[in-house]
Amino acid sequence: MTREIDCTSPGKADSGRRGLSRNAVREARDFYLCILPWLVGFSGLTLGPMLVSFYYSLCEYNILQPPTWVGLANYVSIFTDDPLFWTALYNTAYYTFFSVPLGVAGSLALALLLNQAVRGVRVFRTIFYMPSIMPAVASSILWIWLFNPQYGLVNRALSLVGIKGPLWLADPVWSKPALILMGLWGVGGGTVIFLAGLQGVPRHLYEAAVVDGATTWQQFLHVTLPMLSPTVFFSFVMGIIGSFQVFTQSYVMTQGGPLNSTLFYVLYLYRVAFEFFQMGYASALAWILFVILVTFTGLQLRLSRRWVYYEGDLRR
Amino acid sequence: MVGRVGIPRQSASRRTRRMRAILVKTLVYLVLLVGSSALLTPFLWMVSTSLKGYDQVVASKFTWIPKPVVWSNYTRALEFIPFWRYLGNTVLVTSMCLIGALSASAVVAYGFAKLRAPGRTALFGVLLASMMLPGQVTMIPVFVLFQRLGWYNNLKALIIPAFLGGGAFNIFLLRQFYMTIPNELCDAAKIDGCSNLGILVRIVAPLSKPALTAVGVFIFVANWTDFFSPLIYLSDQEKYTLALGLRLFQSLHSTEYSLLMAASIVFSLPILVVFFLAQRYFIEGVTLTGMKG
Repeated sequence: MTREIDCTSPGKADSGRRGLSRNAVREARDFYLCILPWLVGFSGLTLGPMLVSFYYSLCEYNILQPPTWVGLANYVSIFTDDPLFWTALYNTAYYTFFSVPLGVAGSLALALLLNQAVRGVRVFRTIFYMPSIMPAVASSILWIWLFNPQYGLVNRALSLVGIKGPLWLADPVWSKPALILMGLWGVGGGTVIFLAGLQGVPRHLYEAAVVDGATTWQQFLHVTLPMLSPTVFFSFVMGIIGSFQVFTQSYVMTQGGPLNSTLFYVLYLYRVAFEFFQMGYASALAWILFVILVTFTGLQLRLSRRWVYYEGDLRR
Repeated sequence: MVGRVGIPRQSASRRTRRMRAILVKTLVYLVLLVGSSALLTPFLWMVSTSLKGYDQVVASKFTWIPKPVVWSNYTRALEFIPFWRYLGNTVLVTSMCLIGALSASAVVAYGFAKLRAPGRTALFGVLLASMMLPGQVTMIPVFVLFQRLGWYNNLKALIIPAFLGGGAFNIFLLRQFYMTIPNELCDAAKIDGCSNLGILVRIVAPLSKPALTAVGVFIFVANWTDFFSPLIYLSDQEKYTLALGLRLFQSLHSTEYSLLMAASIVFSLPILVVFFLAQRYFIEGVTLTGMKG
């Protein structure tokens, strides 16, 4: 990082463009040549479409006819006249509220276990990681079957201990918890990030803590957790962004049902766009999602100053 | 890899220390065993169901081992959908995306890691920010654009974007790895008259094999399992990839669980195989990103 800051530091910038040597000009040319594919992709498939999408969100547009300007009408009707929007938002918030903290805590706990020097830990790591790389469609189909009220494994297991399991995906009360439970199956995916973080904690910190008479729990609380806080923060930010975009499970498993109880935000957006072809309205939904995620990320960034510890801070 | 939670207090005597270490280890094993069997159970259930006949699947008395073993479920499952055609489409899309995204991200990352130019820091910031952008914000205009270009209902819509940059996350990951390669190596080659392309191909890329493998695996998995893009771009069943084919199969035969499980297993198998072969790089790859904020 320091190298980068160097090359744009005021001292060098002052020398100005005419001050750049021929070598530097050539290097700059090569830089832009190298990143050209990304520049084209970014402007053509990200930045441009983003602006166009904002324009669409202010239009009525069904693809067949050119877009017609309607101003803020889409936004107004989303907020005042669209119960499905609120349902989708509620379902998504519900899902996020449970699945993200459970997922982060679960993967952290698992990483602590897998960081122990026990034999066969590699095998365990592989096993825990496996569910998270299953293709979403395949694991959705698998879980439909696991949650089958009559013959599914979940209810068969529950009946062994005398519990009559719910209808899961067919019950509006249990459908969201079912999907959250299914999400926890893939908890090992986040574990890898925590394992990487754990391996970056300098050993001397623990030695120092032991010398000071810290118990295992105190070591965890005052060494491991602070050192891992950037990873926890990262997992929360990416987890919320990811879970707000949950789609495939509800599309394949429940089609948003029963009674719209699993109509998640992106599923609703998908329907508006690609089943009803209301591209303007869907673009407005997309921008609202974007604003929600930016707000959340910004808020977390603000709060993070209170609890996230960066090693680099020591040096500053 | 060393047991850190278990570092005992200095005041503890050696014997109680050893006792505690054994206790902790047993506990860790126990939790790991229970946890991993819980996670493995759905897989076993999947395999078990895929080899059962219908009467066994809905039998009130549950068994793990199918009796008789109905291997024909697999051949039947593959006959229900044009499996080989979908496999062909999937292999085509995945391999083209692999070539495109891997080479593009390798080159772009080289620029960001090793070449100085005005505007680099700002552009890198833009790249990082774009990783957090939800795809829905760009999805509709991109869809309209591809439709205008005649790529709707064409595998091109899935392949060509891969060549344009290769994905912000992949670029970021490779850039992080390239940064660890000493600049002196590149400078020495430069003095010897090596071009930047030469340095990338002869020095940086060979030294970055683990990172390139990790990125390759990520690209493979992402494209093999992709559901959303095929869903919005492909309309003819002829053009479907396996992910869509599996979904089609499920909507047609939603109660034939043994066939569904067989099809899902066949579809997931390549991913699991690649994962087992490259799992070391997988984990290394995530470590590389140095996700410390």
